[in-house]
Amino acid sequence: MNFDDTPQEAEFRATARAWIDANAPKQYEEELRKSSLGRTVLKNADILEVAKAWQKRKADAGWACLHWPKEYGGRGSSPIERVIWQQEEGPYGQLSRMFIIGHGMCGPTMMAFAREEHKRTYLPPLASGEKVWCQLFSEPAGGSDVAGLRTRAEKDGDEWVINGQKIWTSGAHYSDYGILLTRTDPTVPKHKGLTMFFLDMKSPGVEVRPIKQASGASDFNEVYFTNVRIPDHQRLGEVGDGWNVSLTTLMNERSAIGAAVSTGFPELFEYCSSLMLDDGPAIEDRAVRSKLANWAVKASGLKYTSMRAISALSKGERPGPENSIGKLVAGSMIQDVAAYALDLQGASGVVSGEDAELAGRFQAMLLRAPGTRVEGGTDEIMRNIIAERVLGLPGDIRVDKDVPFNKIPTKGR
Amino acid sequence: MNFDFSDDQKQLRDQARKFLAEKCPPKAVRVVLDGKAPYDKELWKGLAEMGFLGVAIPEEFGGAGAGHLELCVIAEEMGRANAAVPFSSTVYLAAEALLIAGSDAQKKKWLPAIASGEAIGTLALFEGKGNPAPKNVKLTAANGVLNGVKKPVADGAIADFAVVAARTGSSGRDGDISLFLVDLKAGGVEVKSLTNLDPTRGQAEITFTNCKAEPLGAAGEGWSILTQVLDRAAVLCAFEQVGGADRALEMGRDYALDRIAFGRQIGSFQAIKHMLADMYVSATLARSNSYYGAWALSTNAAELPEAAAAARISATQAFQHCAKNNIQVHGGMGFTWEFDCHMYYRRANAMALGLGSLSYWEDQLIDRMRKKNAA
Repeated sequence: MNFDDTPQEAEFRATARAWIDANAPKQYEEELRKSSLGRTVLKNADILEVAKAWQKRKADAGWACLHWPKEYGGRGSSPIERVIWQQEEGPYGQLSRMFIIGHGMCGPTMMAFAREEHKRTYLPPLASGEKVWCQLFSEPAGGSDVAGLRTRAEKDGDEWVINGQKIWTSGAHYSDYGILLTRTDPTVPKHKGLTMFFLDMKSPGVEVRPIKQASGASDFNEVYFTNVRIPDHQRLGEVGDGWNVSLTTLMNERSAIGAAVSTGFPELFEYCSSLMLDDGPAIEDRAVRSKLANWAVKASGLKYTSMRAISALSKGERPGPENSIGKLVAGSMIQDVAAYALDLQGASGVVSGEDAELAGRFQAMLLRAPGTRVEGGTDEIMRNIIAERVLGLPGDIRVDKDVPFNKIPTKGR
Repeated sequence: MNFDFSDDQKQLRDQARKFLAEKCPPKAVRVVLDGKAPYDKELWKGLAEMGFLGVAIPEEFGGAGAGHLELCVIAEEMGRANAAVPFSSTVYLAAEALLIAGSDAQKKKWLPAIASGEAIGTLALFEGKGNPAPKNVKLTAANGVLNGVKKPVADGAIADFAVVAARTGSSGRDGDISLFLVDLKAGGVEVKSLTNLDPTRGQAEITFTNCKAEPLGAAGEGWSILTQVLDRAAVLCAFEQVGGADRALEMGRDYALDRIAFGRQIGSFQAIKHMLADMYVSATLARSNSYYGAWALSTNAAELPEAAAAARISATQAFQHCAKNNIQVHGGMGFTWEFDCHMYYRRANAMALGLGSLSYWEDQLIDRMRKKNAA
C-alpha cells in the first residue's frame, strides 16, 4: 500500500505541473481557492471569459479533455493521467465548471452516437471551450422520472419539428449547442418512444428563460421550443432508442472519478479554528469538536474512497461502485455544515451578503445547498441506484412500464 | 499509487474467510454466547496453526513476520465471522505493547507463546467509568508490586498475562503512568467475570493485591506507549468493525431479498432499500478511512494518530449503524435470540466502547488535526 506515483505517472505529473505553473491565470488563484458552494468566485472579472480563455489555452497546448481521442480535440490520455491532471490543476479546475456538462455528458454522447463528420466538426471546439454545450433532458413533468418527458418531435420530411419545454438546463443561456431528448411516439410505453438529437441553441423557436432559484441566483434555465426544426442527420441513435442513448449520457455524469466533491468541511474547520464563542475558542468547545469530528470522518472517508477508485485506474482496473456514494454524502453534509456554521454565529447568522461573517460564505452555502441534493439525481434516486445496482435489490414496481405513454395518468385525484 | 491491499494480502483474506466460514460458523459462536465455554478453544488453536495469531510478530519471536497489512485483512475476517476468541486483546493490545516497549527477554517469553496460541494476553487499563486518561489510572505500583482494581478488562478471566497501566507518580502529568507486565497465573490477583453486552468476548474485574509485576518500557513512559498501542489497536479494531458492518449489511440485504410481505420482496420497498443504501454508505466510508489507517500503521507514518482516530470513529459508527438496521430490516425475527442479528448488535456496541468511547476519539481526532494544521 502506498500513495506513490509510478515512474510514468511521476513524469506525467511533472510535465503537467510545469505547464500549469507557466500558464495558469495566477491572478485569480486566491479567489478560486477560496470559492465555495453558492459563492460567485471572481469579483473583478467575468468568470465565463476567464474560463474560456483558460480552456482555450489548455486546448492549444493539448491539455483539454485529456481522455478524449486526439482527433476530437483531446490528448488520448489514460484515466489515471486525467486524474493526475485534475490534482495538479487544483483551484483552476473551478474554471472548468461551466464545461462539465459539455465535456462530461454531451461529448461522450456525441462520440458514441454522432456521425463521424459531426464528431470532427463539433467535438474540437467543444473541447477547447470555444463552444459551450448543455443537456436538455429534465422537464416539468419529468424530473427523477426523466422518461416521463413530453417534448414532442415530429418528422416532417428530412427534418424534425420540436415543440415543448425543458427545465433545469444548466448554462443554457450561454450555450451554443445542446443535446435534446424528445418523445417521438406517445403511443408506446414511455421508455420506448424517445429519440435523442443535438441542436444549435440559436435555432429559430428556441427561447431560454433563466430560473430564479430559491438561492436568488440563476444558474439554470427553462428552455421553450416552438416549431424548432432539427435536420434528421443531427439525430443521435435510432428513432425510439433515445432512452438507451440517454443512459450513456447519465452514466458519464456519475462516473467522474477524482473530481473533488464539495463537503464544506475544510471551510468549517478553518472557521472554527479561529472563531471565538462566548465561552472561549470554538475549537475547544466539546459540542463543536464532536460535530467537527463526525464531519471530518465523512470528508476523509469520501477522500479515501476516491483514492481507492483512482488506485484502481492506476492499475488499469475498473473502479468498483464505491464512488457512487460521493454525491449522496456530500450533498446533505454541506447543507448541515452550512446550517451549523450559522448556528455558531448566533442571531447574527441571519445576516447574509457582504455585511455578514466571512462576507456571507456560509449563508450563501446554506441557500445553494438544497440544489445539490436534487441536481444530477436526487438523494432518493442515488439511494435507489446504490440499492439496485450495488446491493442487487429489486427495482421499483413501475405501474406505467407497459402502458402506452398517452394512457398514463398525468394528475392525481 | 496503490491504495489497496496487494494480491497476496487479498489472497490471505480469502484464505482467512474460508477458514473462518468452516471453523467459525454462527453455531460455534453460540456455544460461547450461551455461556457453555469461555471462548472457542478449538478455533484459537486453529488460528495459531494457520499462523494468524502471529502474522505481525517477527519471525525471531515465533511469528510469521508478515506485517500489519496482513493483520488488517485477518482482522476484517475475524469481525465478519464475529469470532468468539480473545483475538483483539491478545494480538492488537498485548502483542503490540510488547512489540513497542518489551525488552528482548519479555518479547522472547511472551510473543512466541502468543503466536503458538499458548498464551492469552490483555491490556488492563480502565478502572470503572471514564475514558483513557492518566488521571483515571489509580492503581499504584511501588517496589515492584501492584495494588488496585482494573475493570473492565477484556478477556481478563481467560488471560494468562496482562499489560497493566499503573500510577508511579503524582505530578499530574503523563509521566506519572508506567506500564507493567503481570503473569496472571502467578498469584496476587483475584479475577471476577462480569456479565457484559457481548458474552462472546468476556469482560472481567481484576483485583491486584501486592501483585508482583515487572516494568514494561521505561518508568514514566507508560502513557506515551499506551497512546501508541491504542492507536494501533484502533486501526486493527476498525478492520474488525468493517468486517462486521459488511456482514450485517449482507444479512439485511439477503433477508430483504428473501422475505415476502404485502405480496412482494420487502427489498423492493424504498423504505427498506434506502435504509440498506445508507448502510452501504457508512460501511464504505468506514472501509476507506480504515484503509488509510492501515497505510499509516504499516508505514508507521506521522499521520498515524489522526488516521487511527478517523478510522476508529468511522468504523465504530458504521458497525453500530449496520448492526442496528440489520435488526430493523429483519423486523420481529431480528429481535429473537434465535436469529444471529443480535450477536452483531452486541459486538458492535461492545466494540464501540472497548478502546474508549466515541466521544473520547472525537476529542482525540480534533486535537490531532489541530496539531497537524499547526505544524
